[in-house]
Formats: sequence, C-alpha cells, structure tokens
Amino acid sequence: MTEKHLPGGLGGRPSGETSVLRPHAEQEYAGELARLAEHDDRPRPPGWRLSPWAVTTYLLGGELPDGTAVTPKYVGPRRLMEVAVATLATDRALLLLGVPGTAKTWVSEHLAAAVSGDSTLLVQGTAGTAEEAIRYGWNYARLLAEGPSEQALVESPLMRAMRLGSVARIEELTRMPSDVQDTLITVLSEKTLPVPELNTEVQARKGFTVIATANDRDRGVNELSSALRRRFNTVVLPLPESVEEEVGIVARRVDQIGAGLELPESPAGLEEIRRVVTVFRELRSGVTGDGRTKLKSPSGTLSTAEAISVITSGLALAAHFGDGVLRAADVAGGIVGAVVQDPVSDRVVWQEYLEAVVRDRPEWRDFYRACREVS
Amino acid sequence: MSHVEVYGIRHHGPGSARALRGALEEFKPDAVLIEGPPEADPIVELAGEPGMVPPVALLAYAPATGGAPAAAGAGDRGDGRKAAFWPFAEFSPEWQAIRYALGAGVPVRFCDLPAAHQLVPSPGAEEEDSEPEDAEQESAEKDGPGEGEAPPEPAEGIRLDPLGWLAKAAGYDDAERWWDDVVEHRGGGPSPFPAIAEAMAELREQLAELPEGAASAGLPPGHLLREEQREAHMRRTLRRTLKEGHERVAVVCGAWHVPALRAKVPAAHDDRTLRGLPKAKVAMTWVPWTHGRLSGRSGYGAGVRSPGWYHHLFTAPDRPVERWLTAAARVLRAEDLHVSSAHVIEAVRLAEALAALRGRPLAGLDEVTEATRAVLCEGADLPVELIQRRMVVGERLGAVPERTPMVPLQRDLQAQQRRLRLKPSALDKEQDLDLRKPVDLERSRLLHRLRLLHVDWGVPAETGRSKGTFRETWTLAWRPEFDVELIEASAWGTTVRGAATARAESAATGAGTLADLTSVAERCLLADLGDALPTVMRVLADRAAVDTDVAQLMSAMPALVRALRYGDVRGTPTGPLRTVVDGLVVRICVGLPPAVTGLDDDAAREFLGHVDAVHGALALLAEDGHIERWRRTLEGLVARPEALHGLIEGRLTRLLLDAGRLHDVADRMARAVSTGTAPARAAAWVEGFLSGGGLILMHDTALLRLVDDWIAGLPGDSFTDVLPLLRRTFGAYADAERRAIGERLRRLDQTSAASSGPDGEDVDAARAAAATATTLHILGWEGSS
Repeated sequence: MTEKHLPGGLGGRPSGETSVLRPHAEQEYAGELARLAEHDDRPRPPGWRLSPWAVTTYLLGGELPDGTAVTPKYVGPRRLMEVAVATLATDRALLLLGVPGTAKTWVSEHLAAAVSGDSTLLVQGTAGTAEEAIRYGWNYARLLAEGPSEQALVESPLMRAMRLGSVARIEELTRMPSDVQDTLITVLSEKTLPVPELNTEVQARKGFTVIATANDRDRGVNELSSALRRRFNTVVLPLPESVEEEVGIVARRVDQIGAGLELPESPAGLEEIRRVVTVFRELRSGVTGDGRTKLKSPSGTLSTAEAISVITSGLALAAHFGDGVLRAADVAGGIVGAVVQDPVSDRVVWQEYLEAVVRDRPEWRDFYRACREVS
Repeated sequence: MSHVEVYGIRHHGPGSARALRGALEEFKPDAVLIEGPPEADPIVELAGEPGMVPPVALLAYAPATGGAPAAAGAGDRGDGRKAAFWPFAEFSPEWQAIRYALGAGVPVRFCDLPAAHQLVPSPGAEEEDSEPEDAEQESAEKDGPGEGEAPPEPAEGIRLDPLGWLAKAAGYDDAERWWDDVVEHRGGGPSPFPAIAEAMAELREQLAELPEGAASAGLPPGHLLREEQREAHMRRTLRRTLKEGHERVAVVCGAWHVPALRAKVPAAHDDRTLRGLPKAKVAMTWVPWTHGRLSGRSGYGAGVRSPGWYHHLFTAPDRPVERWLTAAARVLRAEDLHVSSAHVIEAVRLAEALAALRGRPLAGLDEVTEATRAVLCEGADLPVELIQRRMVVGERLGAVPERTPMVPLQRDLQAQQRRLRLKPSALDKEQDLDLRKPVDLERSRLLHRLRLLHVDWGVPAETGRSKGTFRETWTLAWRPEFDVELIEASAWGTTVRGAATARAESAATGAGTLADLTSVAERCLLADLGDALPTVMRVLADRAAVDTDVAQLMSAMPALVRALRYGDVRGTPTGPLRTVVDGLVVRICVGLPPAVTGLDDDAAREFLGHVDAVHGALALLAEDGHIERWRRTLEGLVARPEALHGLIEGRLTRLLLDAGRLHDVADRMARAVSTGTAPARAAAWVEGFLSGGGLILMHDTALLRLVDDWIAGLPGDSFTDVLPLLRRTFGAYADAERRAIGERLRRLDQTSAASSGPDGEDVDAARAAAATATTLHILGWEGSS
C-alpha cells in the first residue's frame, strides 16, 4: 500500500473496504490483479506492477492459465487499449480524448491501477485549479515558523507520483486554465520538478508517467497549447459502435453498480435497457435506428454513462417503490431528465421524438404513456 | 545434370521479392520461368528498358477484327470485351525475377496457360463473364496465395485461401498479417522457399484427403479444371525448357502451385489435359498500372491492401519504420500540419512498443498507422486518411517505354499529350483552361474527344454553363483501364480525332431520343469534330422533321442553342447547326398551339418548364426573326385562353408582358382571377404568372393591387382552397423579396392617398446638393455637368 503524506491526516485507507461507497479499482479488483501478477512471466518495464501484456489482459478481459476469468474493464476496439498501454510503456504521457461518457476516466483509473497498483494520485482539473495543485504548495504555519523546508512543502499528487515512480492521473485537463496546463510541460519533457525555494528538485523515478483525460465536446474548455499537446500520445475513445455493444456495456455496469449499492435483487430487464439505449442512440445520432426518420438532437451528450445512470436510478425506483421489476415508468423520469437539459429547446426535441417516433411503435406503448405522464 | 528450383512466392509480396532476388543470385539459373501468359514472351525484354517503370501490367486483349474504322461503324461495342491483366509492381517477385534474368542475360519465359485459352470463357463461368468488371478478371492471380481478402464465405476452401488456412493454424486471424510476420518482415536469414513448398505440399495433401464436395466448396465453377490445365501447362513448359538444353532452371510461381510442379507427372497426361482447348485470338502488350488499382480498395479482388507500404518495405534499404514515419511527417507538413522530429521519434517508439506488445517481429502497417494516429495526428482521423491515401496506397503511375507495342490510337494520344504538355498522372489534378489561348483550346478539344471515346481522363467540373464561356475547369486523373478503352476504341480510327468522329457519327445514328442526339451534337462542337457534324446534323434534321412530339423538340432546343453560342466562342463553324435550329424554331412554333391544349396539372407543369427553356434559349440566340415568331405564337395562344391550363396562360401572359407585347395585362389578370373563374384555375394562373421572381410585384403597384384585391375579395371557402397554391408561389420567392412585397402592401393605401413619388419620399434638393456633387465628382461627370 502506498504511503500517504496528506496533510491533516486525511490519508490512509478506510479500514473496512466494504463500507466505502465506491472502492478504487485496485481495491475492487485486487484479486484479479494479484492473479495476473502471479501468472505474469513477461518482462515488466521498470516501476510497473505488471507487464504490458498483463495490463492489456486486465483491461480487455481474458482467462488465465489457472482458469481465473478476468472481467473486461473496457469494451471496445482492442487496438485502442494496446496503443494506450504501449504509450505508457514508452514512458510517454497518454491523453484520453472523447465526448463525455466514453469511459475516459474509467480507463485511466484502471490503467493506473494495473500499472502502478495505485489509482489515487489524481489531480482534478477545474477552472479554479491552481498551479499548486500540480506542483506543490506550502504548509503556511510551518513556513512562517521554520522558513522554507522540506517539511513545510505540501506535495501535489503529481510530485508524489514522480517520487514514487507511478502513474499520475489528471482529470479534465482542458478545464484547467491554460497557464496551469503549461506547468506540465517541464514535468513531461524533463521529467523533473524544480523547487527553487529549497534549491532542489524532484526527479521522476522510472515508471512515472501521466494519464490525462479531456473531452473535446464540452463548452468552456481551454484548448491545449501545441507545446503540451506534443508531449502526449492521443487516444480517442469512441462511442460504442452498435446497439448490442452499448446494451452490453450498460447491462454489465448496471449489474456492478447495483451490487455495489446493495439494491434489492431485481432482474435488470434487458428489454428496458435496450429501449433506453435505443432512445439515447437515436437522439444522439439524429436519425432513427432504421435510418428512415431524421430527428433533432438535444443539447446534452446522451453518453453511455448517462444511460447507465438512468437505468440504475430506474432500478432503485423499481426496487423501493415499484414491484421490483424495472418498468417503463421507472426509467421515463430519468430519460426525460437526461434528454431535456435545456428547458426550452430540448423540450421541443423530446416532444417531437415522443410524438413522431415513440408513439408509432406499438410495442412501446407503455413507455409512451409513462413519458407523457412525466413530461 | 539438370537442376530445377521451384520458388513459391506470394504475388505482390515484398519479402518474397527480396528473398527471391537473393535466391536467384545464388542459384544462377540459365533459364527463368515465370507464372504468366506465354504470349508475352516476345515483349518481356521490354521490361529491361529504362523507360519501363513499374507498376505496369501485361494486358491481353482480343485485337479488333475489322481494321478499317468504317467496318466497325455499326454502333455497338462488340459482344462483350475481353481483356485480362497481369499487374507487376516494383515489389512483385515476378518482376524482380524478370529484371534479374534480363540483367543476367538469361532467357525468361512465361509458363502459365496461354491467354488465348484464358480469354475463352470456361463453360461454367458464363454469368461471371457477362459482368462489366470482367475486364479486370485476374486470371493470373485468382488462386495465388496473395489473396488477403479471399471470398467472404466462412466455409472457404483451402484452395482459395491456402494462406488463411496456414495462418489459422498459426493462431492468426488475418492471413496477410501472418504472411507479413513470417515472410515479408524477415530481413535476411535462410531462404524461406523450401519451408513454403513443404507447407503447401502438406496443405495439398490434406486437401486431397477431403471428400470431393468439401474440397471444392466455395470455388467458382470450372476453377478446379482451370487449375489443372494451368499446372499442366507449367509442367509442359518446364519440360520443353529442359529439353532445349537448359541445365539450371528457376521457376517462379504462386506458392500454391509448387507441389504440382515438383510432382512427377508423365508428359502424356498433361498433353491429354491440354488437348483441344478452345482458343481466342489474343494480342499482348504492356500498359502502365497504378498502385490504386493494385490495392483491394478499388474492387480489384486479388490485390494487396497497402501497395505503398509494400513498395516502401521493398525499396527502403534499412530502418523501414523510421523512414516511413519520417515520410508521413513530411506529407503532413506539406499540408501545413505541424509535425516535428520529436513527434517522429515518439511515433517510432510507440510503433515499436506496440509491435512488442502484440508479439510481432517488426512493427507492421497496423502499428505504424496506430502510431501515426496517436502521435503525429494527435488522435485526429482526417490526417490519417490522408496518409492512407497518399502513402499506404500511394498513387503511383507506371510508365512503359517507347517501343512497347501500341495501337496507333495510343501513339497518337501520346504524341498529343507531349505536344500539349498534358502529363497523365494517377492523382486527381485540377486544370484550368482559358479557351482564348490556342494551347488550352486544343487541350480542351482533346479531352472532349477522349470523352466521346469513353476515356474520361478529364472530367469537366460543374461551373454552370451560362457564365464564363471561355473558361473550363477539368479534373484530370489517368486510370489504367483507359488503355483498354483506347485499344478498344482503336477500331474506330487511328487518331483520336478520327476515332472520336467515327464514334460520334455512330452514336448519332443510334441515338434514341432527340435530346440524346442534340447532346451528341453539342459534344461534337465542343470537341471540334467538324467532320462528324454534317452526319450528325443530317440525322438531327431528319429526326426533328419526323418527330411529332413538340415537347421533345422543345427539350432539344436549349442544348443546340448553347452549342451555337458556345461554338462561336470557340471559333467552331456552326453553319449547319444554325440551319437545324432555324428549322426547329419553326416546327416548335407550329406545333405548340395544339400541344398545349387540354393538359392536366402535371403535364402543364412539365410543359411550363419546356416553354421557359425555349424562351430562355431564344433570348440567348438573340435572333429577332425567331423571337418575333415565338412571341406571335404565344400571342395567338393567349388570345384563346379558355383552351389553356391556368398555369400556362398565366406564364404566357407574363412572358408577353415582360416582352412589352401586352398592354391590357391588368384587365387580363382581373378577368383570370375574377369570381367567374374556378378558384383552382385562378390560383394556377397566378402561380404561372408570378413564378420565377417577385420583382414584378415589387415594382408594378397596379399589378400588386390587382393581386391584393383579388385575394382580399375571395370568399372564405375559396380562400382556403387557393391558399396552398398561393403559398407555393410566394414560398418560392427569396426572403428579401417577400419582405419587400409585404412592406409595399402595407404602404399601398398610404401611397394611393399621398400619390407622391414612387416611394412616397420627397427629395429635399437643397440638402441633397452636397451629396450629389460628391457623387458626380466620383463618377467623373463633374466637367460635363
């Protein structure tokens, strides 16, 4: 377990892992990771817990020689994960790009967990992220009392990752102000973080690298400077290709989340999931599944992640207030909420979709009625 | 003692090519046999000429039987053209074998079944032969192991895709990739040929053990028989070569055939197989080929997916990945995409790491493409596509030397290409021609003539016919199949001009409708085919005389008038054409009155288009006599409005009004839209009258008031009926026009009350004086005023 230096004693793991709402990837899949490490006889790059092959297997799923099944963490083109792993293996920084809800954060967490066994060295990018969050800050009480010293220094997750030789994660890189983004340039090219106040520096140990995620669709993003962009290898994560693939992803995640939330057992009706996914896909692409009718697209992104949350909340509704079976009425509210982000224009889009498409599908009659009720 | 080496290769495999070259240099054969049509033996030495630049292809075609162009003037294109290609790229093992043998002064022979037999359709393959793609039937490649994209059936036989079988055994899902790993990406090492031969022998043995049905599953009919014949012929050629006293013979053929060639089969058996094969008359030549046609992308089944990559693998002396990515960076830089050397370094590292991760001996195209995408293109797909097009396929066009046998038509074209400095290239190229310059005019004529011969080397860009008559924009791209078209067109004549003339005349005689005919006439004028014009015009005149359908005559008119005007610009003599147009105008004017009566809605709408087209054409022609005649016809029609459809009457009234020939338009309109008329007809009238622009309403207040009064005076029910028609008319106007009309309507009453100037504005002369003076100064009228 990684040593923690968080100020204020916030570090350290909660003792009973079952009590946390959402365990980290390396906790949840500790068994799989241990098994993979056991069977991993291929060369590991310095600082890596697993070999690149094992990391790929961890991400994409597979079966180990002793029969242990490794669950797939990412469903999608194999080549993308291979490029991602190969990028990290060449100690380059990896930039995961894509529209919201394409599993960027998910992939980055699992990559970090598999490569360094620690996915917690995380900087969350926001418009208010300051340089200290990337470099280091000061414990001002100590700074005033003792002057600049190692003890008064508050390390950022990035600095700690450099020291430990593990993977640092930066979420939503493009939401940071541009000048803050550019602090990364030296770190990524020189692999060192100078501390001029102490006349010293932190040099990255082998195994250090950065996984950043960014989305290219949201408003209010700060474009990466080309100098920074050049230091990343870019992998664009696509939306799921087919309905079947997306239904599979949603169903699997819903099962996992349901188990985590300890919802009463209820069969997540595959039919209902398929319907939600179909609605999302049709609105997203602006054309119905049979390619016959053109639709307006709402302003929201309607990602797979949102479909998952619609189903999960529907399951909770069904379990606690319904008869335990996921029905149209349980998902209708969630769907309307996901589609209608802008109260004026999106409502028109949704009404049109409801009247022009949903209404004409005889087997969707219950869904139509439920949606009419909530909207 | 004689020594025979059989080298099993993969068609278009750079690794095979390199290994073969090495093996040949070591073996030092005194004769080389190559899988290919023996008819090409006399022209094989051309491959050694410096002017021969791959990719090129051997082309086998059935020579024209007629000879004189007149004999072929029957009009049809013969019953199904027959041609077959054997393409060679720089990295084709066969090509390397040919070059080696020519360099070493060793005789080269082709040992496959003669093209004469292959061009005769085998009885089972009838329907396959009738497909238009037949020209690309790749008999030489069909069963070669080079087929990456073998037929789609899941139950494909070993025979069709022997490599797929081997790859599957090795745990690969993609045969190309397996072959790449095992053979193509090997640098040096022992010769791979014995191992390949063994593997193929094993496969064939297993195949022989399969029951009859399973072995031939998924094969096109006649395939097995053809294969037997081809292998028999290969053996026979080998025997003959040995008999001639050659001691060290190298045979280069598709890997699949190796065991068959090594097998001891009695000569009598092969003779029996080959006896009595049907024969076709065949001529052989070299033609330039392109990488684009080698790739599987263009539907050429037996291709390789990435000829550009293979070419690179074969030609790069060392460090193929580094060189490739550097070249890719240069391509991107040429498109103003910023790519630094640091990018290239990282891309190389990523490609190598990926290859290691995937357990491949060397980064292949997949890895290099991923690295290009992730590093050089920063995740964007568009630049990756650019690389794909420019480099992975790579539009390389081969060249053949002067001495290559060619039909006179090809020679003529080459001479003209040189004279006009138009170089064929495989990449699309824009060419702007200014027809006022003699060279550009000739270029344009050449391209137009070639189009008449179905050689669409240049495709004119749509620039709109009406404007800029002296400028033409073409997109030029040479495709290898044009050579076939040329060879075929050589039946029509020996020069481009002669052949195009004959072709145009024949097309005119065989034209189905008058409109087709006029389009031929137009093209003749564009191509300056003065010799064809008399025939075309005669046919045209004859056809126009007997054609009773006025609509047809009218639709033929615009193209002819355009040709007439355009011909003037290009300096083409158009005398005969004018005669035809004159006759046509008279016929239309005579035939129009009976034709326009009693039309229903749809027919009226269609006819309206014709009327407009003719009206516009006559305006373009600007000949007073014709216009006068046309107007008088229209006047005659308008005089009897009850027989006309509302739409037509409205339109005719408008045309005459524009021409200033009617002075009682307001009365006519009032009459047409008065309560006595059915609302539907009235609305149709208005639609016809107002179609094509609301300007008249904006400027003719009286007219506007008339329409306004009519609409305002409609009873409620009728208004509902008429509304859709009105909406259709007004909906066609531009927004600005509609708004202007609306504003004018709003001011209609004030205007009538004030009845001052046209816009109801008073000009304050004193205040305007300063502005007027400045304007006059700018215009330079100051002195004269």
